[in-house]
Amino acid sequence: MRMPLSAIIGLVLTGAFLFVGLFAQFIAPYPIDSAVGGVWEGPSAAYWLGTDTIGRDIVSRLIYGAQVTIFVALASSILAFSLGSFLGFFAAVRGGWIDQTLSRIVDLVMAIPSLIVALVMLSVLPLNLTVLILVMGVLDSTRVFRLSRAVAMDITVMDYVEAAKLRGEKQGWIIFREILPNALSPLVAEFGLRFIFAVLFISTLSFLGLGIQPPLTDWGGMVKENKDGLIYGKAAALMPAMAIAALAISVNLVADWILSRTSSLKGGRGG
Amino acid sequence: MADTLLSFNNLKIEATAYPPGEPPRHVVLVDGVSVSVEKGKVLGLIGESGAGKSTIGLSAMSFGRGGVRLTGGEIVLNGRDIRTASAGALRDLRGREVTYVAQSAAASFNPAKKLMEQVIETSVAHGVMTKAEAEARAVSLFRQLSLPNPETIGNRYPHQVSGGQLQRVMTAMALCPKPDLVIFDEPTTALDVTTQIDVLAAIKRAIHETGVAALYITHDLAVVAQVADDILVLRHGKKVEYGSTDQIINAPKEAYTQALVSVRSIDHAEKPQAAPVLSVQNVTARYKGTSFDVLKNVTVDVAPGQTLAIVGESGSGKSTLARAITGLLPPASGRITFAGRTLSADLAGRTKDDLRELQMIYQMADVAMNPRQTVGTIIGRPLEFYFGLKGAEKEKRIQELLDQIEMGKGYADRYPAELSGGQKQRVCIARALAAKPKLIICDEVTSALDPLVADGILKLLLDLQARENVAYLFITHDLATVKAIADKIAVMFKGQVVRYGQKTDVLTPPFDDYTDLLLSSVPEMKLGWLEDVLTTRKMESAGN
Repeated sequence: MRMPLSAIIGLVLTGAFLFVGLFAQFIAPYPIDSAVGGVWEGPSAAYWLGTDTIGRDIVSRLIYGAQVTIFVALASSILAFSLGSFLGFFAAVRGGWIDQTLSRIVDLVMAIPSLIVALVMLSVLPLNLTVLILVMGVLDSTRVFRLSRAVAMDITVMDYVEAAKLRGEKQGWIIFREILPNALSPLVAEFGLRFIFAVLFISTLSFLGLGIQPPLTDWGGMVKENKDGLIYGKAAALMPAMAIAALAISVNLVADWILSRTSSLKGGRGG
Repeated sequence: MADTLLSFNNLKIEATAYPPGEPPRHVVLVDGVSVSVEKGKVLGLIGESGAGKSTIGLSAMSFGRGGVRLTGGEIVLNGRDIRTASAGALRDLRGREVTYVAQSAAASFNPAKKLMEQVIETSVAHGVMTKAEAEARAVSLFRQLSLPNPETIGNRYPHQVSGGQLQRVMTAMALCPKPDLVIFDEPTTALDVTTQIDVLAAIKRAIHETGVAALYITHDLAVVAQVADDILVLRHGKKVEYGSTDQIINAPKEAYTQALVSVRSIDHAEKPQAAPVLSVQNVTARYKGTSFDVLKNVTVDVAPGQTLAIVGESGSGKSTLARAITGLLPPASGRITFAGRTLSADLAGRTKDDLRELQMIYQMADVAMNPRQTVGTIIGRPLEFYFGLKGAEKEKRIQELLDQIEMGKGYADRYPAELSGGQKQRVCIARALAAKPKLIICDEVTSALDPLVADGILKLLLDLQARENVAYLFITHDLATVKAIADKIAVMFKGQVVRYGQKTDVLTPPFDDYTDLLLSSVPEMKLGWLEDVLTTRKMESAGN
């Protein structure tokens, strides 16, 4: 099947972001935390995007920021997916009180805005990357639970799952061999979307001061550091904001493409 | 000819297919078909799925379903070629000159609107008649179609009438604007046999009384023989044979037509009674949270190497019986013994041998196999699970099983989507056989297949039974299949077994009322069958 142009653009950009994040140490022209120029200098040959509020090179900080942002978002999305999809499948297969209990707990967590829950938890718990990832992962897993439970519900009523039950297969086989391969495409597409939400979420937390702590940096934190410059007509805060938008759009393009290939649960077109 | 209404001249219809994992492919659905319909006559279009019969049917109003293009030839309706007609001209023609009756009435009606509103909609929209005239005509059509309460049935919503009635209401909808041609696309296929006969009779009468011409599309030659004047046999989008109904049924020329006519004529002599391998005693079952028994006091048994056929209409409890036997629906009372052991009512309480020796084959082979597993994995899993076979030993056994289902080499690496309907069902049979079962429950295993393919599956099942001495519990609504395969028959009606015994005993009069109704409703491959049955029934009811 021919790949649409939007998907190609998305894949190339997403790949570029990942590459930059992975090899930040080798690519960044300046160290992450040294003031190399004047405050809020404009773009020049030495500092392509100018310098920030205390004279650090923005390009370098964007590159290091990409590493942290993508790592935290990826780790929390993976956690959210492992937890959410396993529990979702489990609830769908077992049904009854197990399903009811899990679903009501998820309802409860979803009833309170994630940002508020996260702010409360992060104020109480020690601030480090592990805690941040755990909090974000657990909160996001509720949404994954909802989706994977719904997808698995459609699959559990298929005759091949019944055939596996009649064969005497254990829960593990039914979840990982019969259901998971058929639920993969919608979940992969959802993974892209949840990853973007994680990027936005971590950026929000950092902007509010409860996310990534100095000397590390991420894009949300960079917006916060440079937001005062906007008053003086300095564009420094826009650079990380644009990076967030670009990453979100490119991952979205890929997710859209994957989703469009998932036309049916029966393994139909392209699946 | 002066009175030709519709003629297809060298019709060619093409489409683009999107096979999984492959580039899009160009396919020719209908190739060079020429046929004509005279005014007031009924042309039957018959063939297997994929023969192009529905595609040709829809092309009679110059319509192609998503992605289908009418690319060549002429479609002449009332003297003008409509294949290339403008959108406006087609809008004028569809629903006025040509109307359509779909297979699934339940899916074709708008559930939010009353029947009358929908029946008269096209007539009024096309300005053929006023609302009052259309309503009057609808009521008279309801009467012609023997619908109950013809004056008031139009005030009901679609869910308030039965499936057979809804199909007749749709026929009324199609006839209401006084069209020249009606396309019937498998109008009785989704109905039970006892309902089918009523709908068929109603459609036939309505066609004759209104003098409309019709295209009658079906895969069942016995059905089309009752309504059509002429029959066109199609295969893979090409004309196989065309002739009068009499000639096609009684003197088919082409080999393919002959095969269609003689389908399900497998001769199967019943085996003598023997000690049972499965015995179901006084089983009563209901679904969780309901207070209605779907199985009432059912007692049947199956001897080793023999076939018990469970016959009945939809909702009679046939499949529920299978669920009770397999342990998916633990019975409320009663006992099931299998191979000398009493089976635990619940699936969780059964031993691995209980599970292994009792296998199941489903109606829809494509959802009975995991689409992400290869044929080798599907057949190999029971070998691995029950017998611990691995590596070369497993491969060898898989190939043996593939040979047994007559599929040979090269199939183990294929995915279910790469198989035909018949092949899929064969793989399901192999999966069941892999467990070396004593009993296989076959739940409507041939219902979703084309007649000739179904025939092949039945022959294979009989052959395997002779070789492996496996017993079958064969659930079906199709009496022709029963005759072909059963040693014993149980007729089910509303959750009860109303008639049970050796095949010849069950199929020999005197019958109880229900069995009589069921048996006489099965269409036979002969002209005038419908009239004969209806006359007999009328005489019987007069006699009572």
